[in-house]
Amino acid sequence: MCRDVIRCGVDQMCNCKINKMRKIILINLAIVLSGALNAQGKYFTRDGHIDFFSSTSIEDIKANNNKVTCVLDAETGEIEFAVLMKAFEFKKALMEEHFNENYVESEKFPKSKFQGKILNIEDVDFTKDGVYEVSVKGSLSIHGESHEVETQGLIEVKGEEVKTFAEFHVSPEDYNIEISGVVRDKIAKDLLITVDVLLKPFKR
Amino acid sequence: MKFKSLIISLLLIFVGMQVFSQEEEESLLDLLGEDEEVINYAQASFKTTLVVNLASIENTHAGVLDFKIMHRFGYLNTGFYEFFGLDQATTRLALIYGITDRVEVGIGRSTLNKNWDGFTKWRILWQSTGAKIMPLSLSFFANVSYRSIRYPEDDIRTIYPSSNFYYTFQFLLARKFSERFTLQLVPSLVHRNLIDTPEEKNDVFSLGLSGRIKLSKRIALNFEYFYSFPDQLASEYVNPLSIGIDIETGGHVFQLLFTNATGMVPDAVITETTGNWTQGDIRFGFNISRVFTIVDMNKRKVEKEKKKDA
Repeated sequence: MCRDVIRCGVDQMCNCKINKMRKIILINLAIVLSGALNAQGKYFTRDGHIDFFSSTSIEDIKANNNKVTCVLDAETGEIEFAVLMKAFEFKKALMEEHFNENYVESEKFPKSKFQGKILNIEDVDFTKDGVYEVSVKGSLSIHGESHEVETQGLIEVKGEEVKTFAEFHVSPEDYNIEISGVVRDKIAKDLLITVDVLLKPFKR
Repeated sequence: MKFKSLIISLLLIFVGMQVFSQEEEESLLDLLGEDEEVINYAQASFKTTLVVNLASIENTHAGVLDFKIMHRFGYLNTGFYEFFGLDQATTRLALIYGITDRVEVGIGRSTLNKNWDGFTKWRILWQSTGAKIMPLSLSFFANVSYRSIRYPEDDIRTIYPSSNFYYTFQFLLARKFSERFTLQLVPSLVHRNLIDTPEEKNDVFSLGLSGRIKLSKRIALNFEYFYSFPDQLASEYVNPLSIGIDIETGGHVFQLLFTNATGMVPDAVITETTGNWTQGDIRFGFNISRVFTIVDMNKRKVEKEKKKDA
């Protein structure tokens, strides 16, 4: 099999032998990868939308984030979000700076995550267009703190795409986000978070 | 030989499966692989566009107007009769507007010399990590002062109005070393059209060193010192040294400070400071910065994108 004329030494390997080893490894890697990445029934996005809204008698504050990553497993109902905190955009540049510097400390905690499950995933028919009501439960971690969150949401199936929508409230206090005295009246105790992401089938 | 490769194959597949199935259980997000790397610009190296008297590396944000009220009292060593300097005051008012996040322009008016000033600051390099790595920030700052105070009709300053112009050019080199610590080097040139004695120089070169230490989320300690190279200024002038505390409260930044400088425009601070720290010629003072959002840049960006899509 080995066409090399020169014989190899005892502790040397001929080039062709190495090549063969490489081939074996590559083929096996391909088998493994194709198995792992054949993620059936999964949906994802990298540019989903999340905003939060704070309303007080003095000031309304809204911040938008259009860089939300989300993966949904249609079979198990598992759903995960990752939100880059620095990608929140405010109307006032200084608010954005203070949000990152003083409140969520984006340098230390660059991402927020939600890891949860759609409890009634069997009610959603991903092959049939329509709007389905779902309830979601999971753990939301912001600013290094994790808390259980449960809310109602909507899943809209439209052809190949899946749109998810949900609203829920969080309190900055729960996530150890300190709001100093001078602006306490301007920032609501309860923030309304709106999640609105359009997911596409995940294929490799 | 064949047997050997079969075993290796099986082993590899087994190990591979194990690894991937474990990851899958941990997080769905891992399926998407590595995130796209973004440019992470250093923000808030200083709380505001001034360190104490002079420019910091920070710019007013795009579409934002910053109104500055600067106030200096008299020397602390003037004693109880002058209420330790609090009886006297000089002020400067300034408006600064951010055209982009990298370019700002401003105008100012000081009571000292009835000085008008216009200035601009350009961010050339921006310290960043991530997709683009830049170890420090570099800005160019220029200021023109016009002293509109009246002199007698036959005074040279009345005869030659151009003698009342003063120019300052600075390069601001800054690095935010950590969340807490920022250091800034400022090579400066002040040009004066008219000087009082032939021993002085029209062009004064100096090197500034300033920085800040963040004490808490809302409070920072700043310092600022300018060293003028020898044989350029008359002997009564000294180097300005200033120390300040920044307190930030939402839309305001309050700077409480001690300085030996009287003026608040760069030419006056660098070349005409007379107070001696060791003898107590120290002024208490404050700067108040209040920002107003004039143009909502994010909204504009969204509208632009919409137009592109349509």
